[in-house]
Amino acid sequence: MSLLTTRDLTVRRGARVTLDHASLSVEPGEMIGLIGPNGAGKSTLLRAALGLIAAEGDSTLAKMSPAARAKAAAWLPQAREIAWPVSVAHLVSLAQNECEDAPEVLAALKRMDLLNFADRKATGLSGGEQARVLIARALAQDTPLLLADEPTAGLDPAHQIGCMETFAALAREGRSVVVSLHDLGLAARHCTRIVVLSEGRIVADGPPRDVLTEALLAEVFAIRCHIAETPEGMVLHPLSQVARERRC
Amino acid sequence: MTYPRLLVLLTLALVALFIASLLVGVADMPISDSLSALFGGGEGPLPMVMREIRLPRALLGVMVGVSLGLSGAALQGYLRNPLAEPSVIGISASAALGAVIALQSGFAALFALALPLAALVGAAICVLLILLLAGSGGTLSLILAGIAVSALSSALTALVLNLSPNPFAANEIIFWMMGSLADRSFLHVWMALPIMAVGWVLLALTGRGIDRLTLGEEAAASMGVNLRHLRLILVGGVAASVGAATAVAGAVGFVGLVVPHILRPLVGARPARLLLASALGGAVLVLTADVAVRLILPGRDLKLGVLMALVGAPVFFHLIWRMRGRS
Repeated sequence: MSLLTTRDLTVRRGARVTLDHASLSVEPGEMIGLIGPNGAGKSTLLRAALGLIAAEGDSTLAKMSPAARAKAAAWLPQAREIAWPVSVAHLVSLAQNECEDAPEVLAALKRMDLLNFADRKATGLSGGEQARVLIARALAQDTPLLLADEPTAGLDPAHQIGCMETFAALAREGRSVVVSLHDLGLAARHCTRIVVLSEGRIVADGPPRDVLTEALLAEVFAIRCHIAETPEGMVLHPLSQVARERRC
Repeated sequence: MTYPRLLVLLTLALVALFIASLLVGVADMPISDSLSALFGGGEGPLPMVMREIRLPRALLGVMVGVSLGLSGAALQGYLRNPLAEPSVIGISASAALGAVIALQSGFAALFALALPLAALVGAAICVLLILLLAGSGGTLSLILAGIAVSALSSALTALVLNLSPNPFAANEIIFWMMGSLADRSFLHVWMALPIMAVGWVLLALTGRGIDRLTLGEEAAASMGVNLRHLRLILVGGVAASVGAATAVAGAVGFVGLVVPHILRPLVGARPARLLLASALGGAVLVLTADVAVRLILPGRDLKLGVLMALVGAPVFFHLIWRMRGRS
């Protein structure tokens, strides 16, 4: 049974179409990287799928009541908002009815390397540490599906890798994660499936090796990349910009 | 300090100030006589003063304080802004407008509760206007709608004063707007209490939602908070409690702003815990101020709202100063 299905999801902002008939199905055990240039509609797709913004078309999550949706999917917004200087443990426990001793809360703190921070004030932490606290909150919700909007932005390299490995581990446990990313190297290495958005449309969807080709990267991102197979898996590194062919 | 301990301390302070409020007044009487008159009953001027003047005044002090403190805490939590207070959504200004129109038109003199009733009508119209203006938008649209309604109410209040042909009415209006608990009766208590109680219950229900709003609107929604319901409950709760408080006591500022601000560090900054603490803290502050107005200038009828602003503003300066030093 799929955890999320969208059909022809379309979002308009005035005359502009920011998401154009996006159809997507997320099965258990998938680690999906959502990539695309700025303004391609990555956040819009995730928010419309959750029903947080008005959209045409269908989404299984958007049809649920807020309470039912909270059990079906966790959402990590891009805006990292922590309004009050509450403790890290309390902030993470908001996902578990404020029970700070809940096993889900402790597991999430441990997974994000935050056990030593539990009693610190969340607003007193650095930007990257706050980002990890917010990821831990989403993990503590303990849902079959996690949608995360650029969770690795602002993290140091070790924690970027740690975050992606955590998500990949969740996928191996049979849950699913949809994560929007700008780091194509992380996407290539850790995701089981890549969905590429360009100008509001899904232009490619499949395993990293099939999707992340030189032709597609030049077309969608206007970049040239070094792509190689190593004993440790696929490696992708952007090298330079290329002139994009004008289609209009 | 732990949370239960803070609540116990605030409750003890509240009880002490409630008793002080009963014992302080124009008529200077021995404490034992006052208390035996209050509880023992009997006839004569002293039991009359205690039961018909001092007791309702002290009760109204608690009720108004709880309403303002609780509303301030709930609004700050909902708007995620430590500068929010009940007046930002325009309830107090529109309740005041209702009262001012009643005073000016002579409606207030028709029967005992005419003035507070007019104020409640003002508050109710304000709520409808705000919900109509803000639609289903986010917190920003609520603030903007509140500011718009507040500005309109203030302008209309000024217009009524401006065109007032009767200087006595204008005088009365100005004094009423300063806010006071003097010369209130049990009629006021019985009128305000049910409305305030509804407001308190509604505001208490916002705790879960405003705790989750610490993470922003989208994250809160994804954790199961129905933002539309939350806003209706919050606006309804603030309107009922602050509308009733303004109706019986006039405009008393600063309580809803300063009390949550002072207590926030003591509850670990948790918005839901701040609700109950601020309700108690608001009652403590209003009772303190109401005792102070009777002690500082006895017989001169120093207005509660004036004292609150005089004390509240410097306290606020101090808080800002301390905050500046920390960052």
